[in-house]
Amino acid sequence: MSEQDTGQVREVLIRYYDGTERVARIVDQEVPYPDGKLIVSRTDPEGIITHANQAFVDMSGYSREELIGTNHYILRHPDMPAVAFKGLWDTVAEGKKWQGFVKNLRKDGTYYWVKATVIPNIRNGQLVGYTSVRRKPSRSKIRESEALYATLM
Amino acid sequence: MPLNLTVSPDFAPDHISGWFYFNTYLQRQLGIPIHLELYDSFEKQRQDIREGKVDLIYANPYDASMLVRELGFKALMKPAHKADETVIAVSVSSPCGSVEDLQPGSVIATTDDPDVHTMGMIMLESADLDDSNIQVKTLKNYVLVAKTLLKGEADAGFFLKQAYDELSELIRSEMKPLVSSQIGVIHHVLLAGPAFQSHEDALKSTLLSMADEEKGRNVLQNMGLVGWELMSEEDSEFMIDLIDTLID
Repeated sequence: MSEQDTGQVREVLIRYYDGTERVARIVDQEVPYPDGKLIVSRTDPEGIITHANQAFVDMSGYSREELIGTNHYILRHPDMPAVAFKGLWDTVAEGKKWQGFVKNLRKDGTYYWVKATVIPNIRNGQLVGYTSVRRKPSRSKIRESEALYATLM
Repeated sequence: MPLNLTVSPDFAPDHISGWFYFNTYLQRQLGIPIHLELYDSFEKQRQDIREGKVDLIYANPYDASMLVRELGFKALMKPAHKADETVIAVSVSSPCGSVEDLQPGSVIATTDDPDVHTMGMIMLESADLDDSNIQVKTLKNYVLVAKTLLKGEADAGFFLKQAYDELSELIRSEMKPLVSSQIGVIHHVLLAGPAFQSHEDALKSTLLSMADEEKGRNVLQNMGLVGWELMSEEDSEFMIDLIDTLID
């Protein structure tokens, strides 16, 4: 568990890049990343989820039906600075691989940390979507990311 | 000139005869001469692949990426119900109870099997271990990885899960797994090169019905497989994308 966990519950208005927003219930409580698993999802070029593996379903707290067709930003935790996602999108837009540490929001308001890698899916020279694979981060990387992101908010 | 079949060198020694039976079975069913070439080195096999000496290959997922994206091979089939998973194990006397207990400076016994090594290294990341702070001992096979652990010459070892499960009960009783991957979508692939592509349809139909008749089932059993499933182009692209995310 993160040393920052308080278990407190708060409501936060999250504004997304496309102008939509929602009030999310945030619970300061970490859910540990399961050993040995990879969370795998794919989106279309607009970020709409087209594939979710079982580990993604289990960790996100959403059903597969809820995830498919939804924008990937549903996982965005308000403690994640917008600049981190700008870096992600700028990198993959250039056709390159992006890697970083991300605090993800679960449906129940709790969170989990991942080391995420995102690559563009190119078929016959055309961008058809993105694949994102998340794996277990070390505690030291989580602590570093918590400190860094707090300065970027 | 016969077409050339080869198999990723990570197959279990117990299944060597199975691959020879498979080659005989394919030749009879397809009515074409096929030569089976087995390798004990990934590097030598890759060199021959690049020199165009391979027409049909049962490849590990890591090499499948190179075969499809660089050499124009086409993924045709995958083994049914058989994903490639990795186990990190230690000697039963090790004080480590989880990957996070492994310390910088640890000696890791591994093979040159690229998928298992990559997944093993990924599972070490949660302990802040990487190439810069561990010592890697690369061994010829998983039995030697186990022996190195049991002799106390390594702190942890990487195993293909199937190979770990097929070690003798005595050896396994002297080890404990710290973590086993549960990925489910990374698996070996049967790929055809350009020279084999006129036989693709016959090959697919032969392999799809292989488990339905006794001779085919016997061959499969000797290869440690239960059957084959079709693999679409998108299935193989998806797996290759996924592997790309795992390679730094």
